[in-house]
Amino acid sequence: MKIVLQNLTKIFPSRNKKVKDEVVAVSDFTFTIPDGKLIGLLGPSGCGKSTTLYMISGLQKPSGGKIFFGDDDVTELSAENRGVGLVFQNYALYPHMTVKQNILFPLQNLKGADKLPKEEMIERAYTAAKLVQIDNLMDRKPSELSGGQQQRVAIARALVKMPKVLLLDEPLSNLDARLRLQTREEIRRIQKETGITTIFVTHDQEEAMSISDLIVVMKLGVVQQIGAPQEVYDDPTNLFVAKFLGTPPINVFEGKVEGEKLYIGDAAVLDVPGVSDQPVTVGIRPEGFNLDPNGAFVCKLQNVEVMGRDVSIVSTNEASLNPVVRSIINADNKVEASETVTFSLKPHKVFLFSKEDESRIYF
Amino acid sequence: MVESKHKWKAWLYLAPAIILLLIFTVWPIINTLHMSVQEGFNQAQANIGVTFDYGFGNFQNVIEYDYFKDCLFNTILLCVLTVPISTILALVIAVCLNSIGPLSRFLQTIYFLPYVTNSIAIGMVFAAMFNMVGNNFGNENELVITAGIINNVIEFFGGDPINWINAGSSYWANITVMVVYIVWNALPFKILILLGGLQSVNKQYYDAAKVDGTSRFRVFSKITVPLLSPMIAYVVITGFIGGFKEYSSIVGIFGEKMGPTGDARRLNTMVGFIYDAIDTQQGRASAAALILFGIIFVVTLINLAVSKKKTHY
Repeated sequence: MKIVLQNLTKIFPSRNKKVKDEVVAVSDFTFTIPDGKLIGLLGPSGCGKSTTLYMISGLQKPSGGKIFFGDDDVTELSAENRGVGLVFQNYALYPHMTVKQNILFPLQNLKGADKLPKEEMIERAYTAAKLVQIDNLMDRKPSELSGGQQQRVAIARALVKMPKVLLLDEPLSNLDARLRLQTREEIRRIQKETGITTIFVTHDQEEAMSISDLIVVMKLGVVQQIGAPQEVYDDPTNLFVAKFLGTPPINVFEGKVEGEKLYIGDAAVLDVPGVSDQPVTVGIRPEGFNLDPNGAFVCKLQNVEVMGRDVSIVSTNEASLNPVVRSIINADNKVEASETVTFSLKPHKVFLFSKEDESRIYF
Repeated sequence: MVESKHKWKAWLYLAPAIILLLIFTVWPIINTLHMSVQEGFNQAQANIGVTFDYGFGNFQNVIEYDYFKDCLFNTILLCVLTVPISTILALVIAVCLNSIGPLSRFLQTIYFLPYVTNSIAIGMVFAAMFNMVGNNFGNENELVITAGIINNVIEFFGGDPINWINAGSSYWANITVMVVYIVWNALPFKILILLGGLQSVNKQYYDAAKVDGTSRFRVFSKITVPLLSPMIAYVVITGFIGGFKEYSSIVGIFGEKMGPTGDARRLNTMVGFIYDAIDTQQGRASAAALILFGIIFVVTLINLAVSKKKTHY
């Protein structure tokens, strides 16, 4: 089922009536989430991504705008009647119930025509448990499970009533690094198998990039960019998005454009046809550097980190806004131990941003 | 661990408490045990050198005494009625208080008032509320004036006034008044404990239940009550212990005669029985006290065993 968000806005009123300091958590969010896709809501903490999720779930009421599930306007519908599956950050498994009772709980809530016979409930609970591979833990209490297992129980509980929409709030943040990798693959697999439109919230760009069909990058309640992960990575609309995506992060420099040439420091490093003369912020992806003895971009070599497949060159440049310039090149290239290192740049990995509003300047 | 050379300091600091406990708790317990096993023990006679034979006659005496059985029945009846009623009421009130926003602080204070009010004073107010002036049992022409607010309310709705606590009142009318009074008096503490428990329940459980479309009743019975079960067990156990020691609330309403005029001592309890015997028959009082202790001990063990099965810590 597709989900349409129309000018969705959430304003938290100020606590103190005398001082007006209301918080705009989500501002004018318009987006159509296509059916059966996995969407990552991505942004730093406090950007409104969880608030958006809770508005879709119905636990929070929007201050403005509308939410549609398919063609139905559900804006005024309370959480109980929306039929979404929600996985909480801390899982919120009922501690006094076994895994089985936890998974059965949403089914036992069904009333009237939706009511299921007991055998079917149990069958469905086991189906959901098998899907997340916890069917051997059904009689345990949540406190007897590891974090990853609890996470799976929470997903099974959300899936058991076969929701049309599955919402996950920071689903991996309580897991250790290895389990996180494993679980995110698992979430992808489950989403593919069930075909449920899934929205998940994360502050970890790697997590969002690796499994989402589409990512939505948010900052301070405002959507910055929506697109396929690779698209957003390759073509960020502003400096914030460029900085937020990518590990290692993008290298940022002070620069200027003069006569359709981009200068970093005093060196003209790239031709930028069609860009008027102005000071700019330059973003260069780590993989945007070529080792080139004849290149125009000279940095002081600090360190070379060999990682097998690639070599990471750590250098410094006076114009850099980051403490170091990190470039990743193929390990076939030999880096000579010397004072400086010289690069030429790949034009499609270099982004120019306006000094005024950090928006992208295309060339 | 405390190093051994500092141990004497630890004992020194503990000494005031230990000395007081030894004098006012441990010694009386030992003394009670000692008195209870001396046949017909009487302190006044003991003081002039009379000695008593050892034996369990005091216990036998107490158990065979019909009046003790009446007291035991009153105590158990009040316990069995008031503990469940007050616990359920407190639970409902706590849940309601927790779910309302603006007035909850104010109402909490109101519900807490009985706790800070002297129970004898409350008893006198209750006695006035249930009071009845005039004679309802004389001939038809006699003027009956009911002064108590409860009877006024009953009359307002067209009912006949009930003789709650005055001379000639029935046993069950008396018990009803006692139950109302004890429940009302027990509510604040229970509400306080349960409200505290409710406020520490993670709100996400309720959000999760909401998303899953759980009805209010199911949220209450399947989530709230189990999550509160440790606190519920606590108020039930302390409620039973308090209930078996019931005494002052009856004094509050009926005075030390422990019953309506004409039926004095009818509502006496175990503690009242002990107090009655304490001046002249210390042997019997001691035996009754130990029996009361035994009953509370067994009931608490049963409570703990039940709560172990039903509570989720």
